[in-house]
Amino acid sequence: MPITLSINGQARTVEAEPDTPLLWVLRDELDLVGTKFGCGQALCGACTVHVDGMAVRSCQTAVGDIGESKVVTIEGIGSREAKAVQAAWQDLNVVQCGYCQSGQIMSAVALLTDNKKPTDSDIDSAMDGNVCRCATYHRIRAAIHDAARRLEA
Amino acid sequence: MNVFFKAPGLASPPAGVSRRTILRAMGGVGIGLVIGADLSLSGGAAQAAETATADINPFVRIAPDGTVTVIIKHLDLGQGTTTGLTTLVAEEMDADWAQMRTDFAPNDASRYGNKIFGGAQGTGGSTAIAASFDVYRKAGASARAMLVAAAAKAMNVPARTITVAGGKLTSGSKTLTFGEVAEAAAKEPMPQDPPLKASRDFALVGKDKLPRTDNVLKTTGKAIYTQDIKLPGMLVAVVAHPPRFGARVAKVDDAAAKAVKGVEGVVTVPQGVAVLARSTYAAMKGRDALNVEWDEAAAEKRGTDALRAEYKAALGKKGTTAETEGQVEAAFAQQGVKIVEADFEFPFLAHAPMEPMNCVVQITGDKVEIWNASQFPAIDTPTAAAVAGTTPDKVKINGLWAGGSFGRRASSTADYVAEAVAIAKAHGKGVPVKLVWTREDDMKAGSYRPMYMHRVKAAVDASGKPVAWKHHVVGQSLITGTAFEGAMVKDGVDATSVEGAAEMGYAIPNRLVELTSTKVGVPVLWWRSVGHTHTAYAVETMIDQLAKAAGRDPVAFRMELIKDPRLKAVLALAAEKADWGKPLEKGRFRGVAAHKSFNTYVAEIAEITMLDKGYKVDRVVAAVDCGVVVNPDVVRAQVEGGVGFGLGHAMQAAITLTDGAVDQANFDTFEPLRMSQMPNVEVHIVPSTEAPTGIGEPGVPPIAPAVANALFAATGKPMLNLPFNRQTIGS
Ligand code: FES
Ligand code: FES
Repeated sequence: MPITLSINGQARTVEAEPDTPLLWVLRDELDLVGTKFGCGQALCGACTVHVDGMAVRSCQTAVGDIGESKVVTIEGIGSREAKAVQAAWQDLNVVQCGYCQSGQIMSAVALLTDNKKPTDSDIDSAMDGNVCRCATYHRIRAAIHDAARRLEA
Repeated sequence: MNVFFKAPGLASPPAGVSRRTILRAMGGVGIGLVIGADLSLSGGAAQAAETATADINPFVRIAPDGTVTVIIKHLDLGQGTTTGLTTLVAEEMDADWAQMRTDFAPNDASRYGNKIFGGAQGTGGSTAIAASFDVYRKAGASARAMLVAAAAKAMNVPARTITVAGGKLTSGSKTLTFGEVAEAAAKEPMPQDPPLKASRDFALVGKDKLPRTDNVLKTTGKAIYTQDIKLPGMLVAVVAHPPRFGARVAKVDDAAAKAVKGVEGVVTVPQGVAVLARSTYAAMKGRDALNVEWDEAAAEKRGTDALRAEYKAALGKKGTTAETEGQVEAAFAQQGVKIVEADFEFPFLAHAPMEPMNCVVQITGDKVEIWNASQFPAIDTPTAAAVAGTTPDKVKINGLWAGGSFGRRASSTADYVAEAVAIAKAHGKGVPVKLVWTREDDMKAGSYRPMYMHRVKAAVDASGKPVAWKHHVVGQSLITGTAFEGAMVKDGVDATSVEGAAEMGYAIPNRLVELTSTKVGVPVLWWRSVGHTHTAYAVETMIDQLAKAAGRDPVAFRMELIKDPRLKAVLALAAEKADWGKPLEKGRFRGVAAHKSFNTYVAEIAEITMLDKGYKVDRVVAAVDCGVVVNPDVVRAQVEGGVGFGLGHAMQAAITLTDGAVDQANFDTFEPLRMSQMPNVEVHIVPSTEAPTGIGEPGVPPIAPAVANALFAATGKPMLNLPFNRQTIGS
């Protein structure tokens, strides 16, 4: 059935069963492949997107449940927080294989939008759902603090 | 030297993305990826259509706009090879970093072989920089010489008057860019032995200022992985695999699967039953709707408990001698020696890279085109040809970024590539097929780090000096039965099973290392740092037990025993930076380990805090000597990542079997390290002028024993079974 979604500020109509995970609609129907498939079970965070500003695992979000909510993917971020996060990530050479990093960045942007000066333990709780098998955690933590400093300026 | 004029649309993309890759990912012309992706890319492609790009040599291509594209012959699975190799070319060319771009090499061993692998094309064993340091420097230097020759003609000046800097060629008041002379340069003769820079003249190599080439792509979601490929008419295949290794399809009822909307076909292949559909989700639903009966007559039905009992029995028997020195039994029989004995157990481990295995295949007549982050084109190419029923020269592999590997994409049997080709062939319609493994498929597919048991018996004499070491390793061979057997198994000993225990770094006069290779129907494969994953653990924790028996400090004890000055130097540096010997507050402990692997030396010191229940690893100080460093920040990142990777598995990850079936399926049961568990890691690099060695793996082996030794210091009990959460730690 046709379903209309708000994706990155645009109304997009797709042909999909309502139980289809948002992840597969983004990737297979809308060609927004920056959002990654890692586990399919809300265990790794690679598929994280923003739904009304909240970090959400798109692999466990059915398209039929989204309604009017606004979905933003890695391709559509552009807020001050997003720019600070991407700049910090690039300056600190955070990425390795990079496959988890769209999800990491989406979680970090949601955290900083909510909390301008996260502590280490705020970072632990916001980011523990995002697995990085390359274990870039140490730099992700530093980059979130760095982005927070950029936002202060 | 021929000039190769690129077809329309092949302008230089941003660092790391192949233009071809992007166009194909977009479905040729598709509106597809263009929406939401970078629109400027498609504009750039159209404009570049009329201009020519010059191939200066197999590794360097220069576009009229001056961008220099380096052809990367090693898979970049996150270890930063793309950045490192590009640095070498930019250095020797005197290019500007901003003009550098990268693209992945096709499968062509004649141009892109790995000299450490005897010319076969592949990435592994931390060889990318070691094998290609000179190759890429020469490619850069020869490109520079050809540019200078062409510029001399164009400016009508002697070549010696030309200076090169920042991508520009200058003589007196005349200046030309690389782009302006590229086409003419490609026609100049290629110098055989171009002069290379002296290391003191390096402006980029070893300097801490170059960003990774893949930073922007990987922080904006634009890096294209195998999983992201979409081609016109492509079907996605999801496969029902047997529940036990070695089982076969007996009977398939695919009526319900075929009724799923979007499903286009169901085929049976040797690996299982594949459902092909127009979307990934439809293929998954179709797979779930299959009814398959399996013939388990030839399946492996032993579980972890049964294997443990068999391995334990094998430890009590004599193994095949892998290395012997002195008289180990006589030394144990001496008067007054103190003997320490321990049995160790290491579980099967999954690589579980963030991107589960996948592969895109299109068979057209006798041609096979593959899109795959291929780590061993040397294995993938002939295997794909054999499965498709064609010859290797008809197989083309398009390289891509890999979402991790840790050895998994370097399959010695090309397992998932063979599966994808078999499905495309069985479907037979000539359309591209993308094989997608779910996380569960990936975790249950085998190719694990093998389960091992070790028995170590060692002795110190009355003065506290170790005099004897007997070490027996029991477990599956990674090599037997693969294409590597001839080269890597000698006299019944697979070197990768005992590396790190044989040729150990400590001077102990009487030594015997034995191996018993077991036959188990579980597919196994090298896993980041290979044999060192278990040998370094047994050796380094045993050394701490011996130090304790001798009443010695673990660092001082090691310093006296280590033979190689480079290993000593990293240990001394780590100890200094970690304030070894300075007391810690109550409840906190240190542990140390030092190990050489892939010709790189690493020492790590872990600091832990004991909690009411359990413990936390707070800080790790590492020192590393990997010879000449191309990019110090990439070296630091690899050691940080190696520490985290090794730590997670040491703490909490294992693959276990019940009656042959894998118990774990996803990240809830095979638990990866998470943010809250990551220690602070400091990496110190020993300056060196030695030849560069690997860095992707050597950070891994020392971390597990360093933490185990900290726990040993805290509890007095040696940690003998991995992962640590098999034991109760703390009160
Ligand atoms: S793919 Fe959604 S959390 Fe892993
Ligand atoms: S960068 Fe590889 S999984 Fe995070």
